[in-house]
Amino acid sequence: MSKLSFFLGCIAPNRYPGIEAATITTLGKLGIELEDLKGASCCPAPGVFRSFDKITWLALASRNVTLSEEMGLDILTVCNGCFGSLVDANNLMKEDSKLREEVNKILAEIGHEFKGTIKVRHIIEYLSQEVGVQKIKEAVTIPMDLNIALHYGCHLVKPSNERHLGSTENPRFFDELVEATGATSVDYEDKMACCGAGGGARTAVLDTSLQMVMNKLENMKAAGVDCIIDACPFCHLQFDVGQTEIKKKFDKSYDIPVVHYSQLLGLAMGLPLDELGIDQNLIVNEEFNKKIEKIRGGVK
Amino acid sequence: MSDIINTSDFDPEFRKEVFEEPGAEKIVLCFNCTGCTSGCPMADQESEYNIRKFLRMANLGMKDQLLNSPYIWYCTTCYKCQERCPQGVKNVDTMLKIRTIAIKNGIMLDNHRKVSQLVIKFGHAVPINDDAKEKRKAVGLPDTPPTVHKFEDALGEVQKVIKIAGFDTLVADQEADS
Repeated sequence: MSKLSFFLGCIAPNRYPGIEAATITTLGKLGIELEDLKGASCCPAPGVFRSFDKITWLALASRNVTLSEEMGLDILTVCNGCFGSLVDANNLMKEDSKLREEVNKILAEIGHEFKGTIKVRHIIEYLSQEVGVQKIKEAVTIPMDLNIALHYGCHLVKPSNERHLGSTENPRFFDELVEATGATSVDYEDKMACCGAGGGARTAVLDTSLQMVMNKLENMKAAGVDCIIDACPFCHLQFDVGQTEIKKKFDKSYDIPVVHYSQLLGLAMGLPLDELGIDQNLIVNEEFNKKIEKIRGGVK
Repeated sequence: MSDIINTSDFDPEFRKEVFEEPGAEKIVLCFNCTGCTSGCPMADQESEYNIRKFLRMANLGMKDQLLNSPYIWYCTTCYKCQERCPQGVKNVDTMLKIRTIAIKNGIMLDNHRKVSQLVIKFGHAVPINDDAKEKRKAVGLPDTPPTVHKFEDALGEVQKVIKIAGFDTLVADQEADS
């Protein structure tokens, strides 16, 4: 059994806990044990805090990394933003001795030291590279016959010189994981486009940020999908809360359910619906719920 | 006449400060292929948002115009421009550096100030609330996650880091400054 520390971040535990619960259970079924990363904080959000003050960002992100170093475990994240922040910080601290010295001086004040002994992993690239599609197929008990719009999100694959996950304009590894659950990843226009939430844009210029996600929702709708699959709670929030804001501000309805990959995996492994929290989203689509019920043959 | 730019207004120190960010200095190699802006999803929404223009302004040292532009806060950091640049300009990293200099000069959006203060107070940019606690219980999780929310000494560590780095002063309310 492999073991990782589970870095929760902010939005999964504090807005969409179904993602957290689904991750723990589904990875457990795949033989991956997740240990609490006790006392972890906000990653902190890279586009926001890194741009406000690089040393504060680097020190807080490095503190999170040292907590896992002290446990002797690699970190697992379920969020592209946390992944980006922690990977970038981990790489920078390993490569830049001057910055490492400066940040370690701060960390020494709270009894930690960055040593550069661990890796930061994202659930999607971890499953793709360490577990493999075949093993996931074998763990699926109910193939989810759904047409889905896959949203990779930006920071899972970019910047590519930090991520090393292949093509950033036409990647396949996440599609393969989706298809392992029995779902079909439907092509749609501008599939790799940003959801519009990152970099503090959702906070700074909400309306413009919503216009961006509206473009994506239009293209997804045109492709005729049952739901969105993402791998980032912030993209998830932008799609879910964003649809209700778009309805209010621009009088446009999409009603496309938003599902994190861990929750899709949970559906396909036959986990109880109330432990997956998909119904805790703001967007609840009865037609989708009926379809899920039908596919799962009454498994609640 | 308003389009005339006086070179005496250029601030070479500002340019130097921006170029502290590795990859920012590559902007001097820009040959205007427009790959960055033509692929930019924010430029599709807001025509005033032009990352190439902003980086070239930084290269000229146009400090005041750039730092006071509302559009420097529009970048979602999707990195598409940075991936595409044939000259290796670190567009996004440079944009973040421009923001850092703006904030150092006291230019910050209220909403960003608020989010920063949440991290100072709670250790999370999106802290827990009662609704989330109920949702956690409903999916079979403990109502408080095992983060800084559960461990006070851990929150103390975060707050100490913030204090040492001077972040609390940097993002304090402007009223409190005066």
